[in-house]
This record gives sequence, structure tokens and C-alpha cells, in this order.
Amino acid sequence: MTVRARVTVYPRREILDPQGKAIAGALERLGFDRVLDVRAGKSFEIVLSDNGSSVEDELSQISEKLLANTLIEDYSVELLESDSK
Amino acid sequence: MKCGVVVFPGSNCDHDVYHVLKHVLEQEVQFLWHGGSSVSDCDLIVLPGGFSYGDYLRAGAMAVHSPIMAAVREHAERGGRVLGICNGFQILLETGLLSGAMRRNQSLRFECRDAYLRVERADLPFTEGYRAGQVLRVPIAHAEGCYIDTADALDELEGNGQVVFRYVDANGGDATGEDAAKWNVNGSARAIAGVCNAAGNVLGMMPHPERCSEQLFGNDDGLALLASAAGVAATAVDPERLSA
Repeated sequence: MTVRARVTVYPRREILDPQGKAIAGALERLGFDRVLDVRAGKSFEIVLSDNGSSVEDELSQISEKLLANTLIEDYSVELLESDSK
Repeated sequence: MKCGVVVFPGSNCDHDVYHVLKHVLEQEVQFLWHGGSSVSDCDLIVLPGGFSYGDYLRAGAMAVHSPIMAAVREHAERGGRVLGICNGFQILLETGLLSGAMRRNQSLRFECRDAYLRVERADLPFTEGYRAGQVLRVPIAHAEGCYIDTADALDELEGNGQVVFRYVDANGGDATGEDAAKWNVNGSARAIAGVCNAAGNVLGMMPHPERCSEQLFGNDDGLALLASAAGVAATAVDPERLSA
């Protein structure tokens, strides 16, 4: 059995995100005047074997240890699908 | 002093540091491969600039998990000297040996120019060749050098005297006001350019002292730093090579 999951990492709200700001500025120049704010982050798709223990716990550890620098970034974990093949 | 320069895949200032330590300061130097598990009998470990592991994920994030880093951490915890320059500073932050984190430069550009630094502390093994308040001109070259931390952590750093170098204007004045972005080259919190750990044996800095360590290059403001770090008294270095 395998589980597919997505981890998303964003700069924390209170931290200025110059990349997101630049993208928001570009969208405004393109005429998308409804865009109020953009935050740029990263997304990871991860496939794990499902051995019965908590996938969420494992993904939290993965995120804390490597994928996110929790001083400046927040992460969220989303389970996409299980495959019983 | 025995010096070791760590080589990660993507390091690109390793030979520059090696050159200054070996040929200018005439110290015993060896390269330490990232896959190795020992720092040998080195007294000073330098984590050089570059783009270790292609800056994948975050600058420095992958290098932290190299086999050699466990040995570097042990060396630091034993009180051994560790100097991280540019990417080396980013790696030290990711290991947690130094506090804080790096964000993309406020300009969103790769900044490559001379920066002016004020020596905030001249009583460290790395800075005893300078005097407190001295202004140095040292090149920077990075895209992710905007140093940040929580306000509490920054206060603690300042309180402990762990801010070693600060970006200043050419006269040594604070990088504030209209021209702040010109002098504080990457937008770092409180214009911090280099910090040390509480014990003072681990130093991380974004500017490159190894790129300004010989008059041949028109600037040797950085030589006293590498000399101090390698335990060479500034007076022992050919005065022709060293500016006041």
C-alpha cells in the first residue's frame, strides 16, 4: 500500500515575501486588478509506503527536519490518495 | 594552525580560502570532502562560499545532512573554530550552530559588489586583528543574504554581543535613512552581516574576506580576519600585505 501526499511550504505571514510582492506587482501590470496579495511558496508531492503508522506524523517530521525552515516558513500536509496495489 | 576547508558539491570559494591560508598566511591546509566523516586534526574549519547542492530546497539546507557536518558540529561543540563564509554562513544557520535564517535579498537580485562592514567586536578569535569600530570594505556576492530572526532573538544576539559585523555606509555610519538599501546590501535585519555563537568560536558572515586578502587584488581588508582565525598574529604577516 502506498500513500501520496502533498506538503506545501510558505513563508510565514509575518515575514515579508519579496518574491510574492514582485509577482503581485507583475499581475497588477498585466491588468489583473483584483489581485490583492500573492505569497510564493513550494509544493512537494511525496509517495510513502503505508505500514500502518501515522502518515501525518511522518510527514510533519519530514517537513520540520528538512522541507521547511520553521523559523521563516509554515507548512501544511495534505493526503491525496491511497493506493492498495 | 591546521586548517581544513570543507568541499561540498557546488562549493566555489574553497580554493580561494585555501590559497589565502596556504600561500599568503603559510598555514597547513587541507580540503575536507563532504562525504568524509572526520575533520582530521584541524583546528580551524572553514565552510566556504558557493552553491552547495545547487542551493536545492533552501541555500545550505542539503549540505547540513552531509556526513562531514556531524564532525564539524562535534568540532564546534568541543570549542573548535568554525568559520562560515557566504554559503558557509547559510549552512551554519541551517545546522542551528548559529541562530537566524536567510531570505532572498530585498532587491530580489543577486548582489555582487563591495560592502562596508563595521567590526562590532574585536575580541573574538576571528577579529582580534582589527579594532572595534574599524570599517572594512569586503565584497559580497549572494542572492539570499537577508538575515532575519524573531525580534526577541535579535535582541538576545545584540545583548550577548553576538553581532560581529554590521553593514554600514562608507564612513562607518549606520545604514539607515534614504540610502539604507545602498549600504545594507541585502536588507538584513538590523544590518547584520555576521554573527557568532554565544561561545564565540563559530562565526558566520555573508561577505568574502578571502576575496580581499592580497594587495594584488587592490584590497586586503579581509586578511586580518583569516589571519586571526588561523592564529597568525597580524604582526607576523608581511606588513606590505596588511593595511591598518
